Amino acid sequence: MQKACRGTRLMPVKRVNKTPMPERDAVLRSHDFKEVNEGYGIAHAQFEAERCLRCQDPICIDGCPVRVPIPDFIHKVASGDMRGAAEVLRASNPLPAVCGRVCPQEVQCEEQCSVGIRFKPVAIGYLERFVADWEMAQPAAEIKSNLHRSEKVAIIGSGPAGLVCAGELARLGHPVTIFEALHAPGGVLRYGIPEFRLPKDVLDWEIEQLKRLGVEIQCNVIIGKTITMDELMGEMGFSAVFVGTGAGLPSFMGIPGENLNGVYSANEFLTRVNLMHANDFPNADTPVMVGKRIAVIGAGNTAMDTVRVALRVGAEHGLIVYRRSDKEMTARIEEHEHAIQEGVEFHWLTNPVEVLGDEDGWVTGLKCIKMELGEPDDSGRARPVPIEGSEFVIPVDNVVLSIGNRPNPLLLQTTKGLESNKWGCLVVRDKSSETSLQHVFAGGDAVTGAATVILAAGAGKDAAAEIHKDLCKEM
Amino acid sequence: MAKILEKRPLTPVTKLYKVDAPLIAKKAKPGQFVIVRVHHGGERIPLTIADYDREEGTLTIVVQEVGTTTQALGQLEVGDEILDLVGPLGMPLEIPVAGHIVGIGGGFGAAALLCLMRELRARGDKTTIMIGAREKELLILIDELTEVCDNLEICTDDGSAGYKGFVTGRLQELIDGDGPGRPDSVVAIGPMPMMRAVSETTAKAGIATLVSLDPLMIDGTGMCGGCRVTVNNEVKFACVDGPFFDAHQVDFEEAVRRNKMYVKQEQESKDRTECRKLAVGQD
Repeated sequence: MQKACRGTRLMPVKRVNKTPMPERDAVLRSHDFKEVNEGYGIAHAQFEAERCLRCQDPICIDGCPVRVPIPDFIHKVASGDMRGAAEVLRASNPLPAVCGRVCPQEVQCEEQCSVGIRFKPVAIGYLERFVADWEMAQPAAEIKSNLHRSEKVAIIGSGPAGLVCAGELARLGHPVTIFEALHAPGGVLRYGIPEFRLPKDVLDWEIEQLKRLGVEIQCNVIIGKTITMDELMGEMGFSAVFVGTGAGLPSFMGIPGENLNGVYSANEFLTRVNLMHANDFPNADTPVMVGKRIAVIGAGNTAMDTVRVALRVGAEHGLIVYRRSDKEMTARIEEHEHAIQEGVEFHWLTNPVEVLGDEDGWVTGLKCIKMELGEPDDSGRARPVPIEGSEFVIPVDNVVLSIGNRPNPLLLQTTKGLESNKWGCLVVRDKSSETSLQHVFAGGDAVTGAATVILAAGAGKDAAAEIHKDLCKEM
Repeated sequence: MAKILEKRPLTPVTKLYKVDAPLIAKKAKPGQFVIVRVHHGGERIPLTIADYDREEGTLTIVVQEVGTTTQALGQLEVGDEILDLVGPLGMPLEIPVAGHIVGIGGGFGAAALLCLMRELRARGDKTTIMIGAREKELLILIDELTEVCDNLEICTDDGSAGYKGFVTGRLQELIDGDGPGRPDSVVAIGPMPMMRAVSETTAKAGIATLVSLDPLMIDGTGMCGGCRVTVNNEVKFACVDGPFFDAHQVDFEEAVRRNKMYVKQEQESKDRTECRKLAVGQD
């Protein structure tokens, strides 16, 4: 359907294309962990910002889960007011440097962009990243902590949902404490997304900004184990809790050979590298086992991250094995393209049926069956159907399963009255963040099952507004 | 950060630490474990909680220095802090009131029996602790263990103390009615070959047995799946479903194989640490 162009001025003809993102050479970058996308320079950014039509009714904002006032910040970039652009961004999104890098803008703000009706949409994501990076390079602006309210809020989990919720609540004046189970904050941004897509110093910087707002972070605390929900709300004196525990429990396929040596979940593989720095073994103490050929099962962003990490820690051949076709793949186009450039091999319509091993229990191959696409299934995607007698073996040294994650049940096991559905996702009252427990809110993957960083961030932001309202009501 | 309040060498390579960890001590139950990381760039390793004191707010852990991380931990002294300490993890031990319970500890696994057997005894079970080691000098915590059970059985491979032979030999004698008599239930903590042998012994006698598995782990909260073990043909995560499992259903062969996955890297890491020490020494 043709969208109505609501632009206020005419598009200059020379501006039909998006200003490309400078990228590092694929051969060079596939051997190190430095960032692939180099970011716009100021000239790129202002040139691209000029493409924005500054629509009176900017529908791009509708595509943004945290509702960044997109034309405002882009206009400020165009006019050279980078500090102003940074302030606009930060007021609506506590994690701009992260979102500018990992959001799937092509199916969110940029999909809505009016310029995109006739030409390529404005590179909103690249501009967001530019502004955040600009801000990062400046001497720290003064951030005044504004914790004037008495009601404390506990946030469980320091992933994108928890960080954004914490930032918003601190801005609204509430003292906030984030509890994180691992030894470093960031959740999936820390253990899941690799350095070459989201450098950890960028993440550290974003977290630092939240701390400057007054957000407190306690690592090595597992709510449900170290401290219970009842204690948080009782003797510890928190007035409300936000559960942003994500979807961290890896799924396995249940095929024979999954416990052979050399088979990983994507979570384990990525955690070894991203959180524990196995790429720097033996300088860092945690190793990761990578042979010459590695097969990653699945075709989401996590699968792309995994296979590209594998190349960087020594695999000569990285393979993606997926039972559907590239049309049904859930990875972002950019991630898929980067993987192709780096030499990843794709086995579409291929379903693993068994991991094969030698007599010592080490992986030697992946037995697969060819698939064809049939009628659409519940998800609306064509259902893959096995082709009888088409089994074949791909010789590999490692197999990594990247077929999805479910929410972690630890909190549910020890919290009476906290309701979940049959997939282990927390149940919230329709379109709100309210759980079955009073003053307990939830959002992100813990509610939706595995989704994206920005949806989690959006949920964290919405929940913060609800928590604030709930606490004001109590007064 | 958790401050070390007490350090006691138990054998040349085994050390006992009492650390300040009030939150964990408050929640700890017998059989649970913690995850520690000793330095930046270090590994996360699971350690069984040997004992805890809720009032003092302390945890007792026993460490055998076998790898890079445990050796680094062994270097820490009273007043030093353990960089990261998180827990309590895993499900506490659950044994139905069973009558005569025999807790078997192999090597430094004996330490884990401290709080476990004390609790079982307190609720009214008849308790026997059986500890085994290669020789007398390697037996640990004899006085402390004596206090928490009704009978203490000692086994050494060379016969330098107690029964001469493996714990399974003495266990068989108990099953046959010797000493404190046939166990109604057995729980074993220690090296995998020992637990496997105990399991085989009790399977023949039809005695319910739990073993505490210690596979490789990273997070300890169910996130990585590295600790998966097969029990009764089902895949379980030892960190959240365990660490205790029905010994007679455990696929020990797989568990042993998976624990050896990084033998080469473990050696490389230790060599690297040695090199670092030498380099520092030369400065």
